[in-house]
Amino acid sequence: MNHSSDIPSPDAPATAFLSLSGVGKTYPGVVALDGLSMDIMPGEVIGLVGENGAGKSTLMKILGGVIAPDRGAILLDGAELHSLNVGSSISSGIAFVHQELNLFENLDVAANIFLGREPLKAGPLKLVDRDRLREMATPLLKRVGAHFSADTPVVSLSLAEQQMVEIAKALSINARLVIFDEPTSSLPLAETERLLSIIKSLKADGISVIFISHRLHEVERVADRVVVLRDGTLVGTLAKAEIGHDQMVKLMIGRVLAARTAKPQRAPGSVALTASGVRTEAYPTRPVDLDIRYGEILGLAGLVGSGRTELARVLFGIDRSYGGAILQDGQQIAVGSARDAVARGIFLVPEDRKRNGILLDFPIAQNITLADLPNLANRHMLSADREAAAAEKQRIRLGIKAPSVSARTGTLSGGNQQKVVLAKWLSMNPKVMIFDEPTRGIDIGAKNEIYGLMRALADAGVAILMISSDMEEVIGVSDRIAVMHEGQIAGILEEDDFSQESVLLLAVGKRVK
Amino acid sequence: MIKKDLGLLLLIVVVGIVVAIINPRFLLPINLANTANLIGLFGILSIGQAFVIITGGIELSVGSLVALLGVLFIDFIAVQDMSWMLALPLILVLGAVIGAIHGWLITRLNLQPFVVTLCGLLIYRGAARFYTADGTAGFAFGQNFPDLEFLTAGRFYGVPNTFIALVIITVVMWVVLHRSVFGRYLYAIGKNEEAARYSGIRTGRMIMSAYVICGLLTALSAIYFAMYTRSISPASHGQFYELYAIAAAVLGGFSLRGGEGSIVGVVLGTVLLQELQNLVNLLGIPSSLNFAVMGGVILIGVLIDQQWHAIRAQRRLVAAARQTEGRLHDEGSLPVVARQD
Repeated sequence: MNHSSDIPSPDAPATAFLSLSGVGKTYPGVVALDGLSMDIMPGEVIGLVGENGAGKSTLMKILGGVIAPDRGAILLDGAELHSLNVGSSISSGIAFVHQELNLFENLDVAANIFLGREPLKAGPLKLVDRDRLREMATPLLKRVGAHFSADTPVVSLSLAEQQMVEIAKALSINARLVIFDEPTSSLPLAETERLLSIIKSLKADGISVIFISHRLHEVERVADRVVVLRDGTLVGTLAKAEIGHDQMVKLMIGRVLAARTAKPQRAPGSVALTASGVRTEAYPTRPVDLDIRYGEILGLAGLVGSGRTELARVLFGIDRSYGGAILQDGQQIAVGSARDAVARGIFLVPEDRKRNGILLDFPIAQNITLADLPNLANRHMLSADREAAAAEKQRIRLGIKAPSVSARTGTLSGGNQQKVVLAKWLSMNPKVMIFDEPTRGIDIGAKNEIYGLMRALADAGVAILMISSDMEEVIGVSDRIAVMHEGQIAGILEEDDFSQESVLLLAVGKRVK
Repeated sequence: MIKKDLGLLLLIVVVGIVVAIINPRFLLPINLANTANLIGLFGILSIGQAFVIITGGIELSVGSLVALLGVLFIDFIAVQDMSWMLALPLILVLGAVIGAIHGWLITRLNLQPFVVTLCGLLIYRGAARFYTADGTAGFAFGQNFPDLEFLTAGRFYGVPNTFIALVIITVVMWVVLHRSVFGRYLYAIGKNEEAARYSGIRTGRMIMSAYVICGLLTALSAIYFAMYTRSISPASHGQFYELYAIAAAVLGGFSLRGGEGSIVGVVLGTVLLQELQNLVNLLGIPSSLNFAVMGGVILIGVLIDQQWHAIRAQRRLVAAARQTEGRLHDEGSLPVVARQD
């Protein structure tokens, strides 16, 4: 095994761990992967980027042996594999760390790592040898830098720690290639750092890594080479020296982006909404003070679990407040339910779109009009014409890509679903809009459209609070950034002070000069 | 949804034709009128159940309520000498209040609908039996209520008035569920209660209203049932009626997960169930097999429905695949440009 951390140069005699040659896969109605060829060298970190639907998941499924390609060849250590199934993929040393963690919360760490491969005691009963299990798990945990023991129940671990378990699980099969699929999308900022350093240590051990992420800055930092997919085709490969945010974006979307985010067209106005000593379920003893002004986008950064979503839920009337007051235009208001908030023009675009934002089984039109039905109705009776007209107007305004507003909302892409959530509120004359992770799981093209819409709303005078764990987004979109730490506002940054470091320092509770 | 209703209607017609061929007595006016009467009685009950099921809930206490409210109604007018014009609205209000209590326990105290209404099933049955000391509630010899009897058990040009009542209630409730804002809210809540709440809908109040409607319609049908049987032994009156109502809804295309189903569907489901009961009687099938026939038909109906969906999905995929192949073929004749520099 190659223990050097050097990037294998193209002219080195080393054979690729894995080679793909002309691999393709066609589904009914779509060419998911169109003759892809690439090499993965030992100890190489490949960044794999592309918009949603570019073919990344298909490639992953092929490497995982879940689906078989229609054409092309896969070579392992230079020898052609004639068929790759889930079993042979694992025995070839290919491991996955998925975006959604697949751990059993009721089991402990060691049991999760060796699930289905438990060491057994001698004897007819085939009992699990728990001591041996722990002994086997401990060195793996050490290797990923975990500070918890192998018998910790998974339920007590943070998301980041659970991910370490996933990585340990990947290593437990003697992985030679670990594929990370959007590993940081659910991770808070500080823990992202830890993940990136784990990837570097894997590389140092000669293990290859494929790192799939929408967060291009992370790709930039960790990848030796970046492979860009678009519409199932490999559209470009960037060597270490060429890797850069703009180059990646240009290849991904096939065009150059205008300035990433537009500057505000107006100075912020008066204070629209004030949280005065508001205390939430997450931190009932910590009061939050925050002003949101008309015409500004106030970013709300912080680690996952710092109480940002809980604050949003209190402001929107979903959760009850544990103290303090909410003021609108300087007047104290009672927000006992979402209905109260909606009646006052305070709207929330929730973090979990599918659970809280839309009804997947409803037609697009009925999602768009759901909150505004009393206004569109005629004495409590629905008016199909007025509903369709209102929905169509928003569809055009937001550019929702759908055959018609009577299509099922669940058939839309994530970005278009998010636009439907937005459309629901836009026709209702918003005063304050709270966005909770507005672009999570959305591809770059749709992301930029959402940013554009947010800016247009702010320019039209709407006060916007944007909760985001995406550093690029927080810094690129906000006019001011408030950072939360353990249930309190740790600091507010004005535009001149924006930097990753200052946001991160505040988020972990350090002071910024 | 309309397609589903049409399929059910077709099934009802086909079964009707088959039964009529085997036993022409099926088409005798007296048989049709009797069946229509039963459809009316059970239909009203089932529409009430449908409102609860649409929210993703269930109401199991319906049969016991039919017994309790029926006992009370007969006692009020036959023993307590209360005017039926007073007793009738009183029973309706009682039904609505019981529905409201169920709704309150479910939405405010977060109890599961199954648990709340299962307790109701036991409590109301016990209360009904206790109220009459396990005796039979009925009218004394010669006690007559001509107006009430005409309205509940009478006929209008040969059509049972219960059936006419069902038609009116169906039209009203169709408008409520399919054309009103409230109805849309119920569907939204059934599909995704959280998302409905995040849209500013008072989900608790809406769900409670569904239980109130169910209680109200149950009370109405309790009065109809009481006047139909004219004597009630509270230990068995109305037993399993909740299951008839749920079965009608399921046959009519409702999902017990909520958010799916239509008023026409549940009424057609009731019609089919009563037709099957009639079939058992007319074809000389031992009546002990009654439930088995019902269960078998519902199972087959649900299976066919599911298979139908699977086949249609498959067909759509195949069609899409053909289109793609055609497109690939066309592109094949062009020079291939795969690389971008």
